[in-house]
Amino acid sequence: MAMTRISPQSTPRLSMRMRRAIWVWAFLALPVIFYSVIRFYPTIDAFRLSLTDWNLMSAPQYIGLQNYRDMFASAEFWKVFRNTFAYLIIGTPISLFLSFTIAYFLDRIRFGHTFLRALYFLPFITTASAMGWVWRWFYQPAPTGVINSVLGAVGMGQLDFLRSTTWALPSIMVTAIWAGLGFQIIIFMAGLRSIPQTYYEAAKIDGVGDFAILRKITLPLLKPTTIFLVVFSSIGFLRIFDQVYNMTTNDPGGPLGSTKPLVLMIYQTAFNSYQMGAAAAQTVVLFTILLIISLLQLWILRTR
Amino acid sequence: MAVTDTAIPTPLPFARIKPGRIVLWTILFIGGMLMITPILFMFSTSLKTAGQIYDLRLIPQNPTLANYVEVLTEGQFLRWFLNSAFVAICVTASNVFFDSLVGYTLAKFRFRGRMFVFIAILSTLMIPTEMLVIPWYLMSANFGWLDSYWGIMFPGMMTAFGTFLMKQFFETVPDDFIEAARMDGLNEFTIWWKIAMPLVTPALSALAIFTFLGNWTAFFWPLISTTSKELYTLPVGLTSFAVEQAIQWEMIMTGAAIATITTLLVFLALQRYIVRGVMLAGLRG
Repeated sequence: MAMTRISPQSTPRLSMRMRRAIWVWAFLALPVIFYSVIRFYPTIDAFRLSLTDWNLMSAPQYIGLQNYRDMFASAEFWKVFRNTFAYLIIGTPISLFLSFTIAYFLDRIRFGHTFLRALYFLPFITTASAMGWVWRWFYQPAPTGVINSVLGAVGMGQLDFLRSTTWALPSIMVTAIWAGLGFQIIIFMAGLRSIPQTYYEAAKIDGVGDFAILRKITLPLLKPTTIFLVVFSSIGFLRIFDQVYNMTTNDPGGPLGSTKPLVLMIYQTAFNSYQMGAAAAQTVVLFTILLIISLLQLWILRTR
Repeated sequence: MAVTDTAIPTPLPFARIKPGRIVLWTILFIGGMLMITPILFMFSTSLKTAGQIYDLRLIPQNPTLANYVEVLTEGQFLRWFLNSAFVAICVTASNVFFDSLVGYTLAKFRFRGRMFVFIAILSTLMIPTEMLVIPWYLMSANFGWLDSYWGIMFPGMMTAFGTFLMKQFFETVPDDFIEAARMDGLNEFTIWWKIAMPLVTPALSALAIFTFLGNWTAFFWPLISTTSKELYTLPVGLTSFAVEQAIQWEMIMTGAAIATITTLLVFLALQRYIVRGVMLAGLRG
């Protein structure tokens, strides 16, 4: 090492390295500023704010962990917490089961494959706020609402959907599942395609049945894809907002808070009540949950 | 023959199509139609008059564009449409430029602090937007960015996801190309822009499509950072419009149709790229 440093050729080489380093940091200058100011500083700021009491009017006051204590002692927070996990725990398995089933069969179709795939994928690229209103209209009582009109036409009872504290959350969840299904189907199909055909051919020669192939070959080899989608879908449900907000504008998160997820609570605390400190504490809770889920994913993929 | 059957999607003679396949196809087709039913009903109702909306026929009896004329002339949809387009295009251009510049630098240069920069950028993927909106809001209020285009755009000008995606792709570009260009005396910026960038166009188009669609449909931050109607983006404008319309569903559906139609057209035009892009991004990310 020391040899090269004093050898005569090193001077132009070093200056070339220097020149290249200047280019590197010229390329990275704006991005480094951006990530520092728009990502890292706000992250620290959120933690700091969560320790203050601040209504934007007077100066923020340091109150330690009081926001967290208040939050964990409030019944509303736990209700919202339950709602958020209801979206996740019911929504994720249902959407994964549906998307896998559709991807599995769609993968075998050649005729009109692109067309069928487009039908399933289309909802994914729609605007959530717009489609929230379409579904809201679907869920109206008859004769306005499409679903209740159809139920009425075939002689079945009416459902209250968005007006019922029991059914409003599942109704909104259906909208969210519908919107995300196309993405999951595409990812599952990409996963299915990446399984080498030779495995299937070998299994067929051995006379293994379709269901056994699915259980013994397809599902195990699809595990990384499935884990990715479980995490992706869970994070999506934990952050659900657009659909809930648009489908319950007359009483956001209602009826009686039965559909309110964490992000809507954060929004209301910060931008309706202007309790910035309390809202920041709620975002820290969301961050923690998301972090745990991401770490769980890494841990599962490690031990595989 | 048996091999062709499973491996290569050659068109089969009709005699060999099994009835099971037809049943499967029909079920998948019905499922697919159910998936787009909300979209079809939205367009159908937007072509109906107020008196016709209880008529659930999918093809309206006397389709009329009157709702569109009314919504576009009375509402501010045109303005919101242009706002959305401006914001989405600016943010997309910025991401295509900076994400690939940073991705290229991290993939093709060896320098002190490289791993640190890479991990620092990657770690921002762990931070949910929701946690940043309050500090962003306060920052915007301090700098007077609330209710401005820049205020809507600044949080998304660069993304860790895009940087990571581009880094992955630049790693597949052979170093020889870059070395050869250096021998020719091109400067580093020109090498990136003229030599490396054209080699990763599939990734660039995927990044551009995603960033555009993501920003076109974005709701949470534009809702927070704008208060005057002139600066609403399409999704936020639609919400305020729909709230005002209360129960005039044909009007709300027209607004929703206007908000949705751009992404649908983008999709129909670029379906192949979008699906491939989703696969690329999903499997690498």
